[in-house]
Amino acid sequence: MKLIFKNLIKRPGRTAALLLLSVFLAFSVFGGTMTVLSLRRGLESLEARLGADVIAVPDKAKNKLEDILLQGVPGYFYMDKENVEKIAQTEGVEAVSPQYFLASVSAGCCSVPVQIIGFEPSTDFSVQPWIKQSYGKELQNDEVVAGANINAEVGEHLRFYDQSVKVAAKLDKTGTELDNAVYTNADTLKDLLGAAVDKGLVVLAKNDPDKLVSSVLIKVKDGYSAEDVASDISVNIRHVSAVNTKNMVSGIARSLSGISDMTGLMIIAVWMLSLIVMAIAFSMIINERKREFAVLRVIGATRGRLAATVLGEAFFIGLIGGAIGVLAGALAVFPFSGLIEAKLGLPYLTPSFGASMGAAGAAVLSSVIAGPLTSALSAVRVSRMDTGLILREGN
Amino acid sequence: MILKAEGMSRRFFRKNGGANFFYAVQKTDFTLEAGKLCVIMGRSGSGKSTFLNMLAGLLEPSEGRVMLDNTDIYAMDDKSLSRMRNKNIGVIPQGQTALSSLTVLENVKLPYLLYNKPSEKIDKYAAELIETVGISTLGNSYPNELSGGENRRLAIARALLMQPGILLADEPTGDLDDENTKKVLELLKNAAQNGTAVLLVTHENDAANFADSLYKMDGGVLSQIK
Repeated sequence: MKLIFKNLIKRPGRTAALLLLSVFLAFSVFGGTMTVLSLRRGLESLEARLGADVIAVPDKAKNKLEDILLQGVPGYFYMDKENVEKIAQTEGVEAVSPQYFLASVSAGCCSVPVQIIGFEPSTDFSVQPWIKQSYGKELQNDEVVAGANINAEVGEHLRFYDQSVKVAAKLDKTGTELDNAVYTNADTLKDLLGAAVDKGLVVLAKNDPDKLVSSVLIKVKDGYSAEDVASDISVNIRHVSAVNTKNMVSGIARSLSGISDMTGLMIIAVWMLSLIVMAIAFSMIINERKREFAVLRVIGATRGRLAATVLGEAFFIGLIGGAIGVLAGALAVFPFSGLIEAKLGLPYLTPSFGASMGAAGAAVLSSVIAGPLTSALSAVRVSRMDTGLILREGN
Repeated sequence: MILKAEGMSRRFFRKNGGANFFYAVQKTDFTLEAGKLCVIMGRSGSGKSTFLNMLAGLLEPSEGRVMLDNTDIYAMDDKSLSRMRNKNIGVIPQGQTALSSLTVLENVKLPYLLYNKPSEKIDKYAAELIETVGISTLGNSYPNELSGGENRRLAIARALLMQPGILLADEPTGDLDDENTKKVLELLKNAAQNGTAVLLVTHENDAANFADSLYKMDGGVLSQIK
């Protein structure tokens, strides 16, 4: 074992070159895996946070809904509340819950307008489960729950349209644009909406906020297709368009799939390339050191011992290189997750500690496997070499 | 301890042209006895190193066998042969043979550490050996800091560490100046006087003066002179 470490330490140039390959390999595997896992978790988080099978909105607001929920463009639209009852009567609908959208002009917390989403506590099945995770109590009037990116802490107050609301809780990060929204109950939102109308900042087709909703979240009964229910609603209820949420995120899922495939290919390509380069490097190094191995045979080392020395050196290069590569990958992926999210334009949520450790373990393992794998041929060559001939060659 | 070659020969196959193979060492009988320094002289390429490597268990003969006392060493498996060589046969190969990543002392102790845990006893003995061969001040130096003569003396100390019954030296004085040549030959003679069976193959004429028995190798044929 000491000989292995001495060989690595006393040949810093050779060791550094092999380490660099291992670092590159582990960095690519870890960085790529973490990016794909983050995107996958972002998508799962988005689907879970949307919480409904189908969302119904005013006919002309379909694109705006996607802008609000997926692109983070604050906005609002409204339709008659009587549509909620009509939707509830549609075959295949198990539960409905209206939501109310309002965009702040500015708020104490934020330099840009904030999306305010109101829900009805009595019917809601989409927002409250998340609030319970973060808060555990029912939301009172004039209280809001802030998305993870809202710059306000629990207990602080935010001002929308000169109305003060208290931040009762903050939601966990989802990695989606929903992190930039605040949630409140319908009564509080109607108060804010009234204040906005009073200031002339929001124009309503009908003046009574009590008779308006922005969207209706729909849960579909088991055995019914969300696609069919959405289609029925769109066809049968005038001025209402229903969207299957799976379709809404399908574009994101397609992009994610593309990025996953590309990353997977990149990891395989890097791995293969590294394997080839490392195999060539080991072969050249072993060739250069064959007299050294012949001397080990002369003093009584077995063939197995020679192979173990080569494999041992390769193992430790893989292990140390893998660890450095994962560290470098972590320094690139974690601090710059916001930048990566912005560049990709997709939901991006850093994986859990366990999943991150799993990715780190896989990256180190890929590097550890690559070392002995690429040196195996050289190890076999060394173990089979004819010591007498090597000693003759050297003279 | 007696090392015997019985009808031992070695042929090599040519890669291209001419006859398919040639004999580097013709069929030979040879005995190396304890307490004797045996010298084989001959020109470069005469088959001396091939002969020595076969005796050391490093190059399997094409015909014949090598007996250490009553054991055919080439009938042993690799593990047993390696262990036997480690314990009983000290080899001083030609040229620079120290491991460059180890210090002089670490190189000398390496044969022991291949099969044993470090011990103070072996540290002390290795220190004594490098003092005996005249490189005690270089214990912590690396081989690339040593001269050719110092490197040879390191190889001799390493070969003597396990107190082997057999010591095989291949051109240990090659490229050395007269003073260093004399020192190395005296070391080998001392080893023989201490009971080791020593074989020295060389083209150095001065070696004949130290020999208890003298042979000549020419074209793979071994003939006794003294």
